[in-house]
Amino acid sequence: MSNLSPFLTFLLISIAKIVVVLVITLTAVAYTVLLERKLLGIIQNRWGPSRVGPFGLLQPLTDGIKLFLKEDLTPIAIEKPLFLLAPIIALGCALISISVVPFGAVTRVAGVDLFQIADVNIGLLVILGITSIGVYGIALSGWSSNNKYSLLGSLRATSQMISYELALGLSLVGVVLRAQSLSLRDIVNSQSAHGLLSWNFFGGFQFVAFFIYLMAAYAETNRAPFDLPEAESELAAGYHTEYSSMKFAMFFMAEYANMITVSCVATLLFFGGASSPFGTLFSGFLDTPFFNAVFPIFWFVAKVFGFLFLYIWVRSTLPRFRYDQLMAFGWKFLLPVAMANILVTSLAMALHG
Amino acid sequence: MDLALFLIFGGLAVAAALNLLLQRHPINSALSLVVVMMSLAVLYWSLGAEFLAAAQVIVYSGAIMVLFVFTIMLLNAGEEERTHGSRAAYIVGFPGAAAIFCLLSFVFLTEGKALGTVSLGGYLDNAANNIAEISHVLFTSLLLPFEVTSVLILVAILGAVVLARKEQ
Repeated sequence: MSNLSPFLTFLLISIAKIVVVLVITLTAVAYTVLLERKLLGIIQNRWGPSRVGPFGLLQPLTDGIKLFLKEDLTPIAIEKPLFLLAPIIALGCALISISVVPFGAVTRVAGVDLFQIADVNIGLLVILGITSIGVYGIALSGWSSNNKYSLLGSLRATSQMISYELALGLSLVGVVLRAQSLSLRDIVNSQSAHGLLSWNFFGGFQFVAFFIYLMAAYAETNRAPFDLPEAESELAAGYHTEYSSMKFAMFFMAEYANMITVSCVATLLFFGGASSPFGTLFSGFLDTPFFNAVFPIFWFVAKVFGFLFLYIWVRSTLPRFRYDQLMAFGWKFLLPVAMANILVTSLAMALHG
Repeated sequence: MDLALFLIFGGLAVAAALNLLLQRHPINSALSLVVVMMSLAVLYWSLGAEFLAAAQVIVYSGAIMVLFVFTIMLLNAGEEERTHGSRAAYIVGFPGAAAIFCLLSFVFLTEGKALGTVSLGGYLDNAANNIAEISHVLFTSLLLPFEVTSVLILVAILGAVVLARKEQ
């Protein structure tokens, strides 16, 4: 590796990182679907998928094959370029935002951090920006399908996402105030001093912000109890009614990839990212470079898994909101509480210095 | 590298702006405008203004243009008809555009030294961010314009509420 120029080394390692992260994310997406079906089964007192492979573990593979081999129907009365572009925007935006997420401790090889694709100094804003671009995928899919149900679904999704983006953004201000940086790596580092006690959720007293973030994020990803855009009893399937085969699968994957991104951001901002909940309590234990690299990833994955579990649990427990309830909740409750949280946090910061 | 970024996204911005004018369907024009905004954001970023780039993406492409697209979808606006345009546009438009272009290039060429310069790239590598500086300036020397702008936006919101309210 020493005979390569620094730029070439950086380029090769970056490409390798991107490929690995992409493969892992897509696999995680497939297995989140399986996790959801299994957990929903258990919660509803039935088996869930259990036939393909041990415990149904090969079910995502067969699902993928099924979606690939299905006939790709293209309705006649659509706007073709936008109809094709919409699922690409949806999935692309869902996958790009994972690129600024630090999912391990800083581990440098040839000057390049292994466990984060890009350490951008405005990482949090990048994620928010990409999320707000993702709205176009849904908006365009509904409009270009030339179908009433699709259009209604996408109008609902667009207005819901725009409304909840405000509460989402404002809920993160408290965390940014505490970390004094928008870089996700800095935000994680600001919570790593005393393990569990210095996480923003516990020690930072940002639990109000966390619950606002969680609720707004459920609405942003169009998941239950805010899954009005695809309310099957009212809208057939919502914005992706006219899509079939892989184009449908891209929307489906985008939804789950967004769930994973939201879980990652919740972990990073409120639960200390890849830092251990025990802080430096066991720092002498298994102190080799290998374990020092692996344990943070383990904690990160465990936390993200916890949030995914919560997503599915909420879906199986809560009924769907009505549309006016959704809007009133977002604008009249979440937004004022988020603003109050900013005031209280900045006041406390000013008093403590 | 930075020059390549500038050429790619500068070209993309110009191409999308032309496409915005030439497209006949309003939704295609709106989407071209989104591409222009995004390319401009990349250019801002490569000049070291990363906060401006993020604000451009979140505010303009993520919120304002979504509302444009939303309105076009809701009204189901059809394709525009080709006309030859009004005569006033020909008489005033082209000289006006040329005059603005000349004025801007004159200002930039003569006052270039006073405005200061910024090099392309170079800022991407260092970790220093300009958010702290921007907020410091906004809350000290530019406090009055900042507050006046927010009052202006508040007035707009109140106007929208008044328009949307039903007559009692």
